[in-house]
Amino acid sequence: MLALQILITGFAISALYGRGAVGFTLIFGVSGVLNLSHGAIMVVAAVAAWASASFLGFGRYGGAAAGVLAGFLLSYATYFLVVRPIQNSRAIPRDEKEIFVLTGTLLWGIMIQEAVSYLFSNTPKTVLPLLPGVVGIFGVRTPANEIVTFAISWLVIGLLWLLVNRTRRGKTLIAAAMNPRGLTLLGFEMANIHRTVWAIYGVLAGIAGVLLGAFLGVSSDNVGTLTASAFSIVVLGGLGSVSGSLIAAYVVGYLETVTAYLVAPSVRSVPVLLLLVLVVYLRPQGLLGRR
Amino acid sequence: MLRSRNVWLGLVALLALYLLPFWVSGYVLGLLTVAYYYSVAAMAWDLLFGFAGEVNFGPSFLVGLGAYTAAMLDHYEGTPIWLCLIAGAAMAVLGGAILAVPALRLRGPYFGLVTLVAVLLLQNLLVLFSGITGGEIGLDIPDVLSVDDRTNYFYALVFMTISGGLLLGLSRSTAGLILQASGQDATEAAALGFNVAKHKLAAFCISALFSGLAGGMLIFYLGTASVGTVVDISVGVQFIIAAVLGGRRTIVGAAIGSIFLIVAGEILRPLGELSTFVVSGIALIVILFFPGGFLGALRQRGG
Repeated sequence: MLALQILITGFAISALYGRGAVGFTLIFGVSGVLNLSHGAIMVVAAVAAWASASFLGFGRYGGAAAGVLAGFLLSYATYFLVVRPIQNSRAIPRDEKEIFVLTGTLLWGIMIQEAVSYLFSNTPKTVLPLLPGVVGIFGVRTPANEIVTFAISWLVIGLLWLLVNRTRRGKTLIAAAMNPRGLTLLGFEMANIHRTVWAIYGVLAGIAGVLLGAFLGVSSDNVGTLTASAFSIVVLGGLGSVSGSLIAAYVVGYLETVTAYLVAPSVRSVPVLLLLVLVVYLRPQGLLGRR
Repeated sequence: MLRSRNVWLGLVALLALYLLPFWVSGYVLGLLTVAYYYSVAAMAWDLLFGFAGEVNFGPSFLVGLGAYTAAMLDHYEGTPIWLCLIAGAAMAVLGGAILAVPALRLRGPYFGLVTLVAVLLLQNLLVLFSGITGGEIGLDIPDVLSVDDRTNYFYALVFMTISGGLLLGLSRSTAGLILQASGQDATEAAALGFNVAKHKLAAFCISALFSGLAGGMLIFYLGTASVGTVVDISVGVQFIIAAVLGGRRTIVGAAIGSIFLIVAGEILRPLGELSTFVVSGIALIVILFFPGGFLGALRQRGG
């Protein structure tokens, strides 16, 4: 019974973690950017879904759509206001762009967090579940929303796979991750590719935020934790590797759930951190990463 | 190199800081006391980042180790303050050496993550063993450096002056140049016959030494050690922002940045919750438009 409970909860949590991390790793793989405002974008998506459903009367589906749109817009804002100016700046030496992007997106994330907490306070917001009700799976009472979360997660990842592997535009993304210079020589505009990947990222982060809001509830205080968990999952799986991130998300999700159920909820993140240190020491490129 | 005019400017500013207690209230002095301790941690971070080229996301790991070692010795054993500080610094150096091992093997984001995880682990352990460490409420410390605002202010200022002087001297010395070379191109520096590993290890230990001391001094000033004031990631982020804001690779810039952050936060206090928003916004604008920070802008105007 307990095993089944762990299995189901772990499944839903892992699916959530996975989708949050996929966007993060995609951005890194294609444009080499570690976006430390990731958590803030997810929180804004969830809060936008919550606010438009409860104040503006958008209903549960309209609210969810508004949340995803907010994530998309904010992702574009992050790219155009923070990341691109740093990448194009002549005053910043090339080998220091990385730390400037990290510091810049970090500050941007703090600004978003403060703005959200000022406008909507930092109390947890729960987004209306897309599908209300409870379903019994082999005797374990499971909220229908957990199943929806799981299904949407995999649907989105499946669509992403199709987009990247089966369309011309998607294939340029893979090419950009492998060899940006070669792609430029073939006449592709890198700026165009970066815009595409930030758009995909925004939608992914938006969906992740809305589902997280419906599943666990989200407050502006979660920004740091969300970014840190995406960062660790992505490094565990190998920076830039989408399938690695998915596997890592399940490892982290289950490790946390098992610890929370069998040991104590307060220590749930400790085994993950230890595993992370171990992996980084022994296999720095992560599970499926390339050096 | 900074022109001699700027050196004079710096000395005059430092002198003004020493004379400040004759004019301003105890409240302002208390604010600046904290800023000085923060600035030592920020300068120590700049030694690692600006010179050794190592992005340490967890400066508060080193500060926290020093602070909690000192706090627990004082709380449970009643050890004299100076001994607590030495023990705290020694513990921080040990932590720095542990961080240095992955730094020699890993690059960029991977090393950044290890330092981030180090902070999270320390934070989790402190909360987990809250019976001994006081957990999230914090640990009260029976001894304090002094109860007088001015005395505390001078302790902090002297500590900052000495640490800043030592770090600045070190960064300008031959060892500092070798460190800078290994940070920019480790292979080439090694090919020129310099021991990169030795210099980087030393940089970590020195940075940790000053961070740990700053942490120890800070908690003996505050009279309490808590996760929120010395370990939390947001504390570490403040050191990083301060160093980048003031001008990286300058040591002095980190101190200016720390003082600016704390003073700006205080001036903007009437804005309430929005003050952090505005301070982060200012820092972001500086990073985007004046990547050299305050000192970089000053230097550009001078030449």
